[in-house]
Amino acid sequence: MNPRTSPLQAEHEALGAVFTDFGGWSMPVRYGSDLAEHHAVRTAAGLFDVSHMAEFRVTGPDAAAFLDAALTLDASAMRVGRAKYALALTEAGGIIDDLIVYRLGIEEYLVVANAGNRAPVAAALAARLEHHAARLADETDDTALIAVQGPAAERIVGATAGLDVPRLADIAFYACARGDFDGVSALVARTGYTGEDGFEILLPAASAPAAWRALLAADAALVPCGLAARDTLRLEAGMPLYGHELRINLQPAQAGLARALPLTTKLADFVGRAAVTAGPPTGSRVLVGLVSEGRRAGREGYPVRDASGAEVGVVTSGALSPTLGHPIAMAYVDPGAGPELLIDVRGSLLPARVTPLPFLPRGEQRGTR
Amino acid sequence: MTDTSTLRYTPEHEWVALDGDIATVGLTRFAAESLGDVVYLDLPAVGARVVAGRVCGEVESTKSVSEIYAPVDGEVTETNQAVLDAPELVNSEPYEDGWLFRVRVDALPDGLLDEAGYQALVGA
Repeated sequence: MNPRTSPLQAEHEALGAVFTDFGGWSMPVRYGSDLAEHHAVRTAAGLFDVSHMAEFRVTGPDAAAFLDAALTLDASAMRVGRAKYALALTEAGGIIDDLIVYRLGIEEYLVVANAGNRAPVAAALAARLEHHAARLADETDDTALIAVQGPAAERIVGATAGLDVPRLADIAFYACARGDFDGVSALVARTGYTGEDGFEILLPAASAPAAWRALLAADAALVPCGLAARDTLRLEAGMPLYGHELRINLQPAQAGLARALPLTTKLADFVGRAAVTAGPPTGSRVLVGLVSEGRRAGREGYPVRDASGAEVGVVTSGALSPTLGHPIAMAYVDPGAGPELLIDVRGSLLPARVTPLPFLPRGEQRGTR
Repeated sequence: MTDTSTLRYTPEHEWVALDGDIATVGLTRFAAESLGDVVYLDLPAVGARVVAGRVCGEVESTKSVSEIYAPVDGEVTETNQAVLDAPELVNSEPYEDGWLFRVRVDALPDGLLDEAGYQALVGA
């Protein structure tokens, strides 16, 4: 099956992008130097096409009750104009996907899922919709999602010709507002996947090329960024990526996502609640951050060993951190393993120390904004 | 500027320049652009024997790890300290300051590609 292409494909080609297959889509992996793109987001701003993400709109009198039952999210308790991180779980508490849910109205939500999980999320939501007076619409094919991330993001979005967002500066972190681009409705949310301030702009696919060009024209500091930079940025920010840190056979607590479970505050039952309340089996591996010295990085699949050489875990993501200048990795390890461990880098043992996530504090905390 | 038409190439994207009995080895621009920014190199030690077609090192980019194949048989006489210190030279100057190592050879092996053959291989 040929990978799908974004509504911005022609823009990417004009910018000289190198493409990669990701989640069933052909998307830019880099336009030039992935390191330069990474640094642009940490110091100024980067422009990302994330139109491969899946969007589901949920509407109707039971929209809140439906999402309460379907996801970990306490949807009823959300205020309109807010966004929340949430999980779709199996009955066994396994992670089907991680999601961002936006409450757009009393009876309207938008659920954004990972590209590669569009079908399983659609299936889970459809199955859980039964007996609810709500409608579920997969709007992925008609929707573009553009992210502007970095300390200069607010300045750039605010200066973009044709993009009108009332009170942009007042949009709080994990909040959203309706704006418009050249008379077409757009949703502007202060969310992202880089550990920096920034916005995600959701608009009809047909309007995306003009919006992309308008954003680039607004400020020369805005650098188009591909998936390579997106991955190193989210890794530094300690954010999990489905298929790496998150899998269907892993429970949220193993991935450090207990905070995403409103078990003490949410009244409604939801799929997987009993399983995640009980928690993963004793001895289940847990996600940790690992830092090393030098330049050689642990990569996905590399074994993690203790001083005796015994395998105590496996790396799920790793890279030489462009911002920190040393290798960082996330790994699932036996509980209690560490703090001093070894990553088996193709036969040579790289010392690595367990460290709290994120590797890099958010930009706001580092004073970049 | 290196005249890339005088180089010989492997299908694994190494280039070789022969000067007397010394072969200089590097990675092609196509390889560099495919890898993305190179951040780490593991090169054979000076004095090591390398064998044509065998793995003799590794190149790591932000996103990937790839093997470096020796394009020739011989003894390594020199590694490029500049590229070990600044691996991004592989991206910026793959045919000049981004060279990797030098090998004393008797002759170039059969089977290396000329520029036209390599360009045809990578579809350029």
